[in-house]
Amino acid sequence: MEKDTVTPRCKVLLIGGSAGSLEVLIKILPRLTAIPTFAIVIIVHRKSSEDSTLEELIAAKTTLPVKDVEDKVVLEPGNIYVAPSDYHLLFEKNNLLSLDTSEKVNYSRPSIDVSFESAADAFGPEVAAILLSGANSDGTHGLAEIREAGGIVVIQDPESAEIPFMPRNALENVAANYILDVEGILRYIQSL
Amino acid sequence: MVLIDDRELELLINDVFEYHGFDFSGYSRASLKRRVDRLIHLDGFKNFGELLYKVRTEPDYFKHMVEEITVNVTEMFRDPLFYKVLRNEILPIIGTKPFIRIWHAGCSTGEEVYSMAILLKEANLLHKSLLYATDINGLVLDVAKKGIFPLHMMKQYSENYMVSGGKKDFSHYYTANYGYAKFGEDLSEKMVFSQHNLVSDGSFNEFDLILCRNVLIYFDKELQEKALVLFDDSLAKLGYLALGTKETIKFSPLQMRFKQVDREKLWKKIL
Repeated sequence: MEKDTVTPRCKVLLIGGSAGSLEVLIKILPRLTAIPTFAIVIIVHRKSSEDSTLEELIAAKTTLPVKDVEDKVVLEPGNIYVAPSDYHLLFEKNNLLSLDTSEKVNYSRPSIDVSFESAADAFGPEVAAILLSGANSDGTHGLAEIREAGGIVVIQDPESAEIPFMPRNALENVAANYILDVEGILRYIQSL
Repeated sequence: MVLIDDRELELLINDVFEYHGFDFSGYSRASLKRRVDRLIHLDGFKNFGELLYKVRTEPDYFKHMVEEITVNVTEMFRDPLFYKVLRNEILPIIGTKPFIRIWHAGCSTGEEVYSMAILLKEANLLHKSLLYATDINGLVLDVAKKGIFPLHMMKQYSENYMVSGGKKDFSHYYTANYGYAKFGEDLSEKMVFSQHNLVSDGSFNEFDLILCRNVLIYFDKELQEKALVLFDDSLAKLGYLALGTKETIKFSPLQMRFKQVDREKLWKKIL
């Protein structure tokens, strides 16, 4: 049997982060030229008001299409999706994105755990997730579920993180496939 | 925190329909699964079988389940800029009618219904309006009828109110007591609350404005379409439909019958 049939290809790359994560995204995004086989979904903590400054900032840093996330839009390879403020972002097995305004998780909506857990449940081994800088423990539980479902877990090296709490908390609780600095994260994404 | 698997979720959906006649088959699975997991956690069930048995055999527990798995997060003047558009652009138009009927579908604990009553009062339209507010969950309707909300939320609501274009002192709309804010009966006297299930219940009146914000996100596309047909059937010609900030009718064939108001989540029925 060929190796490809054993290890399914990544169909969605999740990137979660909080304080200090935007700086990492700003370094990485301009250097990504095409992602033909997978989609990127960004879940970062943001203030709960109706504005799209984060989407605009991300769109300004990349040539990849940044899709406006509305309820039940299709998750398609090649695109970047950003979890909107004041909603949790969930994944349906038929590749649609669902939104949810239920209670905050880890004081956050969107919560990284919620999206990571949902992706693990919907897509299992086809998920890769990167947890970046932050001052909160959100993301750790979600990474554990991704790992358990056979997905790939990448954690930003706390030494390279502006706020190391979030990646450190994840490292202490989840067996990472890769622990990478910003350059390493970029190379990892390019290798997918 | 995912505890139940897909097969168990489908089993629960089937049994709920068979034993109680409530149809959750059109609900978004990603969201519903989280809610059921949360319920199992909240009520301390050791396994899925325990939950299923209780749902089958105890009608009161089933009622509790419906109350807990539906999402009841809401606030007054939620998305205040949306309310500003209602205040400045929509109310002056529907206000020319001799009588105004508004339906809040999926009103939860009623915060948005009271917000609407405040807008209508300030536009001097409340006396000729009726606000129908419905939800699948009877418990939240009891809260809504009382018009009593946590006092600690009032700072946020007051700010929302001002962003929506409110000019008055927000605190004169309620009486503060024991950590709660009670909104006046001058606001609630034009409200009619009743239980209504968007999955199974039909149209019950003709409305000039229907608000259903952050409810359709819990449905799959098929059920969303069914609800949109119900709203279309329940809207007067030139009436308005308002959805949540991330909801849309653009995937529905019904969109031909509506015209979007600028870039707002507001559509005018034109056919």
